Amino acid sequence: MARLNSPEDLEKLRQEVLSRNDPKRPCISICAGTGCIACGAAGVVSAFEEDLRRQGLGDKADVKRTGCHGFCEQGPAVVVHPDGVFYARVKPEDVPEIVSRTIKEKKVVERLLYVDPATGQRVVHESEIQFFEKQKRLVLGSNSRIDPGSIEDYLAVGGYSALVKVLRTMSPEKVISDIKESGLRGRSGSGFPAGRKWEACRNAEGETKYVICNCHEGDPGAFVDRMMMEANPHLVLEGMIIGAYSMAAHDGYIFVGGEFPLTVENVGIAIRQAEEHGLLGQNILGSGFDFTVRLSIDGGSYVCGESTALMASMDGRVGEPIRKYDHATERGLRARPTVLNNLQTWANVPLIINQGVERYRSIGTSGSKGTKVFSLTGAVVNTGMVEVPMGATLKEIVFDIGGGVRGGGKFKALQVGGPLGGFVPENQLNLKVDFDELGKAGLSMGPSLVVMDENACIVDTVKYFVTFLSDESCGKCTPCREVFRQILKVLNRISGGRGREGDIELLKELSDVQRDATLCALGQGAPSPIDSALAHFRDEFEAHIGEKRCPAGVCRGLSAAGPR
Amino acid sequence: MGIVTLTIDNREVKAEEGMTVLEAARGAGIEIPTLCWHEKLKPYTVCRICVVDVDARGWTSLDTACSRPVKEGLVVRTRSAKIDRIRKTILELLLAHAPDSPKLREYASEYGADRDRFEKDPSFCIDCGLCVRYCAEVKKKNAVGFVDRGIRREICFVPEVALRECNGCKECFPLCPTSYLQAAFVLVQALTAPAQPEKP
Repeated sequence: MARLNSPEDLEKLRQEVLSRNDPKRPCISICAGTGCIACGAAGVVSAFEEDLRRQGLGDKADVKRTGCHGFCEQGPAVVVHPDGVFYARVKPEDVPEIVSRTIKEKKVVERLLYVDPATGQRVVHESEIQFFEKQKRLVLGSNSRIDPGSIEDYLAVGGYSALVKVLRTMSPEKVISDIKESGLRGRSGSGFPAGRKWEACRNAEGETKYVICNCHEGDPGAFVDRMMMEANPHLVLEGMIIGAYSMAAHDGYIFVGGEFPLTVENVGIAIRQAEEHGLLGQNILGSGFDFTVRLSIDGGSYVCGESTALMASMDGRVGEPIRKYDHATERGLRARPTVLNNLQTWANVPLIINQGVERYRSIGTSGSKGTKVFSLTGAVVNTGMVEVPMGATLKEIVFDIGGGVRGGGKFKALQVGGPLGGFVPENQLNLKVDFDELGKAGLSMGPSLVVMDENACIVDTVKYFVTFLSDESCGKCTPCREVFRQILKVLNRISGGRGREGDIELLKELSDVQRDATLCALGQGAPSPIDSALAHFRDEFEAHIGEKRCPAGVCRGLSAAGPR
Repeated sequence: MGIVTLTIDNREVKAEEGMTVLEAARGAGIEIPTLCWHEKLKPYTVCRICVVDVDARGWTSLDTACSRPVKEGLVVRTRSAKIDRIRKTILELLLAHAPDSPKLREYASEYGADRDRFEKDPSFCIDCGLCVRYCAEVKKKNAVGFVDRGIRREICFVPEVALRECNGCKECFPLCPTSYLQAAFVLVQALTAPAQPEKP
């Protein structure tokens, strides 16, 4: 591929790609994100390739191996374009039928269609499935049309047009003022205004500046970062290039956990392709702007999601948080001005530039703009990756998009924000997806939403989170390390039927010290699950301690009915 | 270096720019407890016993005195119900590991910490990292380091380095607030150079 030397070259290539794509030509898009691969998607891909060849249709239809479409519950998911026919849970042995019926005869294979559990009706098109219908998929919408290994697929959906617009018509200052006005806030959960961060970095002294994309996700139940990066890496790269241009940064890093092999592979391919096309490297699209992106792969330590630990790890030091008195935008990675944003934040940048600030601002609440992607898991009918406009209620996510509790069970709680988040009981499901509203409720806008039904024990779940954190904490700070040690003892006691009078008070007291006195956000956030569990489900703790009974029948050694 | 004026416990204190709140306080005779701090070492901010209340232009927060740089107009309180509660709990948590540490017992009587509050778990080490950092920062030998993380974090000597360096040094021993570092070292020495077992 020849290097693109100007925005015009890129638009020419886009036209070429589009003219080669016959919109009427069938394209079988198979979700091959990590989730669907685990359900056998790779076998489905090769079955399609073989069967098309066998039926002599090899040149009549395309097979596209894409990243995550989002509907993990029904994976491997297959969408046959141009009509958008959606087949659920496709197995290799279903493939010949799809090829002969849908590709050859343009008919639908009824038995493989998704059945709406509420109505019992079969649904033909992806867009009519309630799971998708109720979402607002600005960031995820293109996933089913993109082979993450193909930059041309990204160009075909309008990719890199925001970069073209920036380089042609926007000054760095204008980019920053647009991002500021857009109201874009950090998607990692902190909700810090992205534009302000960028501006501080731009204004900081020093020639060398860094931008970092945090694609390091460790919350149990969260799979947003890896799936988004796996499915559409160029979207993130484009956002990073635009950001770097606005801050005059020339070096970028993507920090990703080594435990996500497909993410590492796909983003590596995307970087190489962008370099070959002149979208990364020296003199990007002939603009005179230089920017390179490198991968920084870490060992998968949870605490490395904390920014000082992340930067220490990137620099080859032990990934432990440190107390700093300068902002990263002044002294960050290698003591240079640095902007660290989550990959969801970067992925929103091209949208803002393309749509314009006004349109972007029209989505969301007064304080939180745009959309938010969550992984929805647990005891829910539709497990998957969902994108909702800010302001959507948790109830809408769980019941309208998620389809409610699996197996018709009774809803108990929604776990929001992972080990540093909390439990939302049914009477609070009207909480909106909004940085400030969730923050006020003691929750964080983390990537994971886990639905819990009556079969889940809150004590056991809290114990699980504390066990996780006591292992993932770096352990250097006394109140973090030692409070985990003691709380774990108390929780083991309670769940083992040896709980004592005063244990609840002890949990609270220790949690308070941990929250107030620890060094970093891990220790400060760790009491959140305990706090919210005690606020909403204190009776469960009391049943374990006072009646030696686990109401959900989960804790080993205790029964739901209590001792005989 | 300029001189700044700050308030510590309602007293006006003058300090050189670049000093920490801890240094300024001690210079003025105001005692703040520390466990992981040492004058020759960079602030480590992990024992958290030196937390103080800091008010910077109306912005109040708890911070470690050992790391917080002094600033003109800073208002610091070294004692409060909350600070004392934190110190007491930290001491109780550490006394479970090193119940006979003279330093911990001295602070425990000051803050009313109950030595027997938590079940004893005598590891002797309280992970203050004085030995580790002294060896790295002052001696530049790295004979001792931390291994593992979370609640399993502990100090560990690197046998090859320890065998070569430690016998002639031992400067980290007196730094140990629990007086048990030697045990760890002797243990490693015993493991790396075990005496020949007697034949039966």
